[in-house]
Amino acid sequence: MSEKVLAVLAEFKDPADLLHAAEKVKDQGFKKFDCHSPFPIHGMDDAMGEKRSPLGYVVGVVAVISVIGMFAFQGWTSAIDYPLVLSGKPLFSYQAYGVASWAVMVLLSAIVTVIGMMVLIGLPRFHHPLFYSENFSKKVNDDGFFVSIEADDPQFEAEKTKKFLESIGGKNIELVVPNEED
Amino acid sequence: MNKETEAVYDYQVPLITGNQTFSSITDRISSITESKTTKEWLLLFGLASSLMLLLFGSIGYLVWEGTGIWGLNNPVGWGWAIVNFVFWVGIGHAGTLISAVLFLFRQKWRTSINRFAEAMTLFAVICALVFPGIHVGRIWVVYYFFPIPNQMDMWPNFRSPLLWDFFAVGTYFTVSLLFWYTGLIPDLATLRDRAKTKIRKVLFGIFSLGWRGGNKQWKHYELAYLLLAGLSTPLVLSVHSVVSTDFATSVIPGWHTTIFPPYFVAGAIFSGFAMVMTLALIARRVYHLEHIITMTHLENMNKIIMVTGMMVGYSYSMEFFIAWYSGNPYEAYAFINRAFGEYAWAYWIMISCNVIIPQIFWSRRLRRSIPVMFIASITVNIGMWFERFVIIVTSLSRDFLPSSWDYYSPTFWDVSLLIGSFGLFFTLFLLFIRHLPMVAMSEVKGVLPQANPHHGHNGHEGESK
Repeated sequence: MSEKVLAVLAEFKDPADLLHAAEKVKDQGFKKFDCHSPFPIHGMDDAMGEKRSPLGYVVGVVAVISVIGMFAFQGWTSAIDYPLVLSGKPLFSYQAYGVASWAVMVLLSAIVTVIGMMVLIGLPRFHHPLFYSENFSKKVNDDGFFVSIEADDPQFEAEKTKKFLESIGGKNIELVVPNEED
Repeated sequence: MNKETEAVYDYQVPLITGNQTFSSITDRISSITESKTTKEWLLLFGLASSLMLLLFGSIGYLVWEGTGIWGLNNPVGWGWAIVNFVFWVGIGHAGTLISAVLFLFRQKWRTSINRFAEAMTLFAVICALVFPGIHVGRIWVVYYFFPIPNQMDMWPNFRSPLLWDFFAVGTYFTVSLLFWYTGLIPDLATLRDRAKTKIRKVLFGIFSLGWRGGNKQWKHYELAYLLLAGLSTPLVLSVHSVVSTDFATSVIPGWHTTIFPPYFVAGAIFSGFAMVMTLALIARRVYHLEHIITMTHLENMNKIIMVTGMMVGYSYSMEFFIAWYSGNPYEAYAFINRAFGEYAWAYWIMISCNVIIPQIFWSRRLRRSIPVMFIASITVNIGMWFERFVIIVTSLSRDFLPSSWDYYSPTFWDVSLLIGSFGLFFTLFLLFIRHLPMVAMSEVKGVLPQANPHHGHNGHEGESK
């Protein structure tokens, strides 16, 4: 079973080539593909036909809930659960609650942003078939630009997909197979 | 800006010099963390960590003996501990401004300096948090600050600005940490891929979370980064505003003014940029980063230092004007006393360092001279420390009753805690520049001309519209 092909990987010369390749892979109808680069490339979402990340809506909802929640919590602690007159101020001094409500809103929104991002991009995931490729592991975070098409794409057929990537100008094309050494 | 002018701008003033390629950036930055430890680093680290031990020792004695070891006296109940707190929180603001505000304004020059400015923020806020922590006296009940259910069925007093401060600074630290870590993920993956030793492979492997650089990751990553920048941007304004309410909501003459929040924020950015400048100049020199942190970056920072310095100068004069214009004799006295009373020496150090010295940056030649900006950045930080000293001590030492007036002077322990906090700051900073990429590699690569998909492809325009 160790010879099962998990993905096909092709390297491209520069960001422009990767962008063109992404369009062609999308037009061919592939779904489970990705374009890897050491930095985000402007226009890549359009080229790949990717939708905008939904993260903003999630964080927006959390922000609204946390600001209202913290305001209510301060009101409840100082006027209902532990009423104590301090400096002659009214128990429900709502003017004073702004700062902590705001701070808690920012805090929870930021935490949800980071956790939400990790959930959406599927990290942490310490092992991925693409890391079997030595060329990919060495270059993707340095100066390599890659297209990967994964084996669970409905259109995937190792040899045909490999030919297709060759035809759109990919170099160093690899069929990614598990590496015995690991 | 249309595409053509943008292109002209890009090529006329290159942000990164020396014909860098993507992999030369990777090599330049990563090799710093991979090469052998130098003698200079060890020497500096030894010095900084000794001072850090001085801090820990002083804190130990303080907890044992109590805040009586400080120079505090009856009217001056807030001394150096609070001065140091405000000073360190202020330093942090430049990091957030660079990483968040300049990001939203699409200032591409930020990419060379944002990583270590953010690190500086974190370490400065750690130093800041030490001081209110030890200032409470009975540090073992410091958890009273947290709104957690407890056996006494008590809740913290949300009407107090000191509690607002706890929330504001606590949030500031956590959000800065998250922002910094998020920015680090792709660069940690770069270090992971280059790692030779088992320990580096495992550690960078864990902390880079398995990053693969796919666009399906980048798209969420970029939005998350934008959201964090959006959330941090108001923090630049809010944190020091809340710190200033510790003073402004009291009734002490010289503190009870509405100008405090914007005045504190301008001062914070001013001092923070000066600290970034000091550190950047040292790191640039020691690690030969002249092509990455270029004269353009330094000149831009000097311009910001000059602008914020003038805002601070405006605030000083406006405080005086309002003290006179309000017709309030206590307020007027507080200000005349600041400039001409027992603490006049501190006041005039503050004015010289913060208002007069930054004016040299009107000259382009001085703005681009490394020794000049190095000295100016240090004097600005001295001046900003004195600003907080002047605000806190002169106002407190002359309160409403002349019979309680007193002169405040620091003790050995006040001094050792301040010096020690610099030790903590530099220890953390040295560890950071030794072990983590101090420049955001993925972001710097993104602003190189060849990163633009239209670069060198003018023949076939009109793609991806």
